[in-house]
Amino acid sequence: MDFISILSIFVLACFVGYFVVWSVTPALHTPLMSVTNAISSVIIVGALIAAAAGGSPTSKWLGLIAVALASVNIFGGFAVTARMLAMYKKKERRDA
Amino acid sequence: MHEAAAVPSWVLLAYLIAGACFIVALRGLSSPTSSQRGNRAGMIGMAIAVVTTLAIHDIASITEIAIAIAIGGGIGLVTARRIQMTAMPQLVAAFHSLVGMAAVLVGAAAFLNPAAFGITDAAGAILPVSRVEMGLGVAIGAITFSGSVIAFLKLNGNMSGAPILLPLRHVINLGTLAAILGLIAYFTQDQAPWIFWTVTALAFAIGFLLIIPIGGADMPVVISMLNSYSGWAAAAMGFTLHNSAMIITGALVGSSGAILSYIMCRAMNRSFISVIAGGFGAVASTGDAAAIDRPWKRGSAEDAAFLLKQADQVVIVPGYGMAVAQAQHALREMGDLLKAEGVRVKYAIHPVAGRMPGHMNVLLAEANVPYDEVFELEDINSEFAQTDVAFVIGANDVTNPAAKTDKTSPIYGMPVLDVEKARTVLFIKRSMGGVGYAGVDNELFYRDNTMMLLADAKKMVEEIVKALA
Repeated sequence: MDFISILSIFVLACFVGYFVVWSVTPALHTPLMSVTNAISSVIIVGALIAAAAGGSPTSKWLGLIAVALASVNIFGGFAVTARMLAMYKKKERRDA
Repeated sequence: MHEAAAVPSWVLLAYLIAGACFIVALRGLSSPTSSQRGNRAGMIGMAIAVVTTLAIHDIASITEIAIAIAIGGGIGLVTARRIQMTAMPQLVAAFHSLVGMAAVLVGAAAFLNPAAFGITDAAGAILPVSRVEMGLGVAIGAITFSGSVIAFLKLNGNMSGAPILLPLRHVINLGTLAAILGLIAYFTQDQAPWIFWTVTALAFAIGFLLIIPIGGADMPVVISMLNSYSGWAAAAMGFTLHNSAMIITGALVGSSGAILSYIMCRAMNRSFISVIAGGFGAVASTGDAAAIDRPWKRGSAEDAAFLLKQADQVVIVPGYGMAVAQAQHALREMGDLLKAEGVRVKYAIHPVAGRMPGHMNVLLAEANVPYDEVFELEDINSEFAQTDVAFVIGANDVTNPAAKTDKTSPIYGMPVLDVEKARTVLFIKRSMGGVGYAGVDNELFYRDNTMMLLADAKKMVEEIVKALA
């Protein structure tokens, strides 16, 4: 991909992000933060490339650490978001 | 190793699908009913991105990678399960710092082994465009990391929430920022390692310097801003790696954080620049003396219970104090008892109540308060005039009528909840001495229709529950 097509994806995604995020209900702003946290850990892709490549042992180890850090975030982020979202309930449900 | 141009088209398609899944994940949050589906779409997107990456590379170290994922994933899952909902702001700050650190590490790995990422020219030097992207990605990642660590320490109480003001901090900050940008520009000319590492070190330093002067009440803005940075860091890395999933995600997260920061600033009537410049709430107020001089009414739990029982409509206004006291469960119990008496109970949430966007909503949801009883400021403000009792628990500045009337007040112009329009205001507060985070006295305490309930929020609510039962 050349720079211009990448830039196009980026700019269009910013617009998509702008409109999608404005449609998020304020009640779910905390889950929004935790889920954006989880998905920004897609940076794990870069970490995997570094960890998988031969050539530089330092680079490989940096990659492996980054894989571990991003995994904390991915698993933790999605799990905590799921836990929060499961708590949002409608009326007519009264526990003891 | 492959050149970026040689990536097969199914891979590009897979990354695009992953990106689309992430859009669906955010879109799902437009309502609580669709949100869980959205979250699952996010997980699928992530799985697609990871599997695709693993599938197209010759992996020499799959065992090590699997171990790294298992360790990280295990820590993440355990933390997510154990964490208390009141500690959510700290957790989010900690997660932000990890994204930042991961970005720095990936950037460093790409610098040390550029061929693996397909960003070298024929002579083996890193492409100039990639150097800029890499430099920016590492810098933003490092700022995100050190800034989030400070935010975490402040939110977690390991560090005072009070702003720490260094002399000449604006000069230092701007100078450091200029140095970072200058070095990244120079980096395109000279691929020397010292430039790369200096940029990284300076960025770590500025993240630290940027957050220490910002006070506790401004944390909702800080945490949203760091959220945004973690997105831009991912996007910059996406540019380096020519990866559309990372770019789409980075743009989504970046704009999400930016919008949240904007919403938080608007809710405080402060400009983004003034929040970032920091120091708000640093001047200790002299209002304490005045507070003691003026007459105010004190009530007991029994008085409060009596007033609440008589009401047709009660609006509960929670704030950070409710989170600190962990009073949300007792509060819901009180709400249930009142509903059993035929009282209409609603909750009013100010956008900056708590330490992060949506903080109060999560706590109320945790306590099983149905989300359709919880209202945002603009939806409920007109109702206070028809409300018998406004029940303020752990909130202060967001109810201060001075924001509407007193032009000299530091919070003048901030949108506030019109609680004083209710027939009676019950205000739970630990003591009359303390003032809100903005350091201003609250006019509300001395009104004829205000009754102060001086106690720990949770204890007071529990006593009211006892009196109601």
